[in-house]
Amino acid sequence: MIALSDYLILGAILFGISVAGIFLNRKNVIILLMSIELMLLAVNINFIAFSHYLNDLAGQVFVFFILTVAAAESAIGLAIIIVLFRRRNTINIQDLDSLKG
Amino acid sequence: MIDDMKLVYLAIPLVCLFAAVIAGLFGRQIGRAGAHTITIAGVATACALSVYVYFDVLAGNTFNGTVYVWGVSDNFPFEIGFLIDNLTATMMVIVTFVSLMVHIYTIGYMHDDPGYQRFFSYISLFTFSMLMLVMSNNFLQLFFGWEAVGLISYLLIGFWYTRDTAIYANMKAFLVNRVGDLGFLIGIAAIYANFGTLDYHAVFASVPEVLGQTIEIFPGSEWSIITFICIMLFIGAMGKSAQVPLHVWLPDSMEGPTPISALIHAATMVTAGIFMVARTSPLFEFSETALSVVMIIGAITAFFMALLGLVQNDIKRVVAYSTLSQLGYMTVGLGASGYAASIFHLGTHAFFKALLFLAAGSVIIAMHHEQDMRKMGGLRKFMPWTYITAVIGSLALAGIPPFAGFFSKDLIIESVHHSDLFGSGIAYASVLAGVVITAFYSFRLLFMTFHGRPRMDQHTLQHVKESPMVVVLPLILLAIPSMIAGAMFIEPMAFGDYFTGSILVLPQHDVIGQIAEHYEGQSTVQVVLGFMLHGMLQPPFWLAVGGIFLAWLFYIRRPELPAKVAASVAPLYNVLMNKYYIDDFNQKFFANGTVGLGRLLSKYGDTVFIDGWLVNGSARAVGYFSKILKPLQTGLVNQYAFAMIIGLLVLMTWFLSVN
Repeated sequence: MIALSDYLILGAILFGISVAGIFLNRKNVIILLMSIELMLLAVNINFIAFSHYLNDLAGQVFVFFILTVAAAESAIGLAIIIVLFRRRNTINIQDLDSLKG
Repeated sequence: MIDDMKLVYLAIPLVCLFAAVIAGLFGRQIGRAGAHTITIAGVATACALSVYVYFDVLAGNTFNGTVYVWGVSDNFPFEIGFLIDNLTATMMVIVTFVSLMVHIYTIGYMHDDPGYQRFFSYISLFTFSMLMLVMSNNFLQLFFGWEAVGLISYLLIGFWYTRDTAIYANMKAFLVNRVGDLGFLIGIAAIYANFGTLDYHAVFASVPEVLGQTIEIFPGSEWSIITFICIMLFIGAMGKSAQVPLHVWLPDSMEGPTPISALIHAATMVTAGIFMVARTSPLFEFSETALSVVMIIGAITAFFMALLGLVQNDIKRVVAYSTLSQLGYMTVGLGASGYAASIFHLGTHAFFKALLFLAAGSVIIAMHHEQDMRKMGGLRKFMPWTYITAVIGSLALAGIPPFAGFFSKDLIIESVHHSDLFGSGIAYASVLAGVVITAFYSFRLLFMTFHGRPRMDQHTLQHVKESPMVVVLPLILLAIPSMIAGAMFIEPMAFGDYFTGSILVLPQHDVIGQIAEHYEGQSTVQVVLGFMLHGMLQPPFWLAVGGIFLAWLFYIRRPELPAKVAASVAPLYNVLMNKYYIDDFNQKFFANGTVGLGRLLSKYGDTVFIDGWLVNGSARAVGYFSKILKPLQTGLVNQYAFAMIIGLLVLMTWFLSVN
């Protein structure tokens, strides 16, 4: 029997990996996007685990919403990256600092 | 009967207002003749009604009541009310009569002026304002009339508004009057604060309750409230009645046309201060300090302004300084508690000073608007009517019996003589010295203008002729009261109970009562003859005769003397020519000081402080702090995310540790 805590630990590990991915990644915007997706997945795992544990379907319904939003978000994100690449010929994070004060 | 009279009272000022509005707003439509017809008709009506009211009041029908409540604020009513008693009725007759004369005279004097209708509108409006001032039964309406006459004085001094000097003079008059009006307003406010009402009779009735109360103006100095109020009111009177040191505007007001010099700056408006003090005598009587201040200021004005009249060469300025000096006499009379004497002098002075001004105006017309007496002379033959009336005016001014000025001026001098208030000794000496100077400068004017060799150029000399009828007629009509008003009114006004109920004099100050004791039980003729006989044995008469003799000696017998005397006392002469340097002092200290202060404030207050510190300074401060914070904004997403996570951790740690 897999306990609730196992799911939560898995979610926490995934979340930690994605946070580390955001911090450590200094090059690629795509990896950034992937890290964000991973974060959302970690959250989804928590949702499903609690949904099952509390016998409440609302959590699983929520996961579908999050997945939909995440899909739309990555579609838009990729589109932005393509436009960005066309304009600036790079998707290197270090170069994308036009908001620097 | 009372209801009918109320309408009459209302009609007197309103008919002038109506004429002024018509002449002012529809001047172009009604034309020049229309403008003078309607305003003269208005003032003539007012004058006739005033005479009617005067006799009605003499018959015992006084009136005190509210005609119209303009507004109520916090239970305080702003009322238009009339107080019609002997004092008011006397003033009304003087004002409307002199105003009527000046209206008629103006037809001749302003004949060629493009501002003809405007001028008539102004003087009618002035008559309205002056009537509102004297007829008022409360301090607020008094203040309204006070400011209104000040405004019209301003408009008329600057009547020829294209002249720089006129604009300077009217601005000066207005500003100097503001100084006085500030005091007046403080006085009125103090009355309201302490009495809770502004109605004359209510205020006068509750004087005993306020008596003895004190007020702390500066820390550590206690003033009696009555003294404070009186001195503040008197500061107002000093502005309007041109007492030292607020006299500087009156000589400059001669920039205006001569008719208004006669009406406003000699006969009526400038006496508003005298009238006001007489009207508030129930307050002044209870403050000997204030009376002494009034007397000393008046004495200074009477003497020192008369001295200035000696050296002036502009014919109007000589008369202007004599007006200042005579106002000083009236003020001295007030200070000595001889209110009746002052009002008496106010009345006779209104006639003979208006006469002198109008005569001077007549000369100015003949001289083609030349006002320098050094370019006149010998006009006696060419302008007999002007000459005769000017002689009458000068004799009245110098105080030669039986002309009007003798009685009123002698009564003032006698009042001061009998007064034992602080300062009465100096005041007596000043007014006595003033008599000889007055006689000297008035006959100097007469001799320089009408006697001797003609000194004008050939062209002017050929065109000199007597002024038209509209100019001469007012001169003659003013010469009559200048001759007889003194003898006619001395007995009732000074020694009778004429002003009982209008003017209060405490027994211990009753100087006129002391004089009157000599004449008790005598008929009017006996009083007049007795007063004249007594006067001829007194120093003032001989001083006046001496002054006239000196003038004759200096300007007829030995015309080279004035220059020699002037040269031998050059320093004194220069001081007089420069009017004691008061104008220069005011210009340097007050005018330039104010400009300097303004510059200082503009530079340091506005440019440096507000612009530099507050406006640009706050912008600079924001810029400075944003420069410090700028490096935090790296533009790198992972650093932002790092900051967010750290922040989240900190917040969560804090949140958990708190709970």
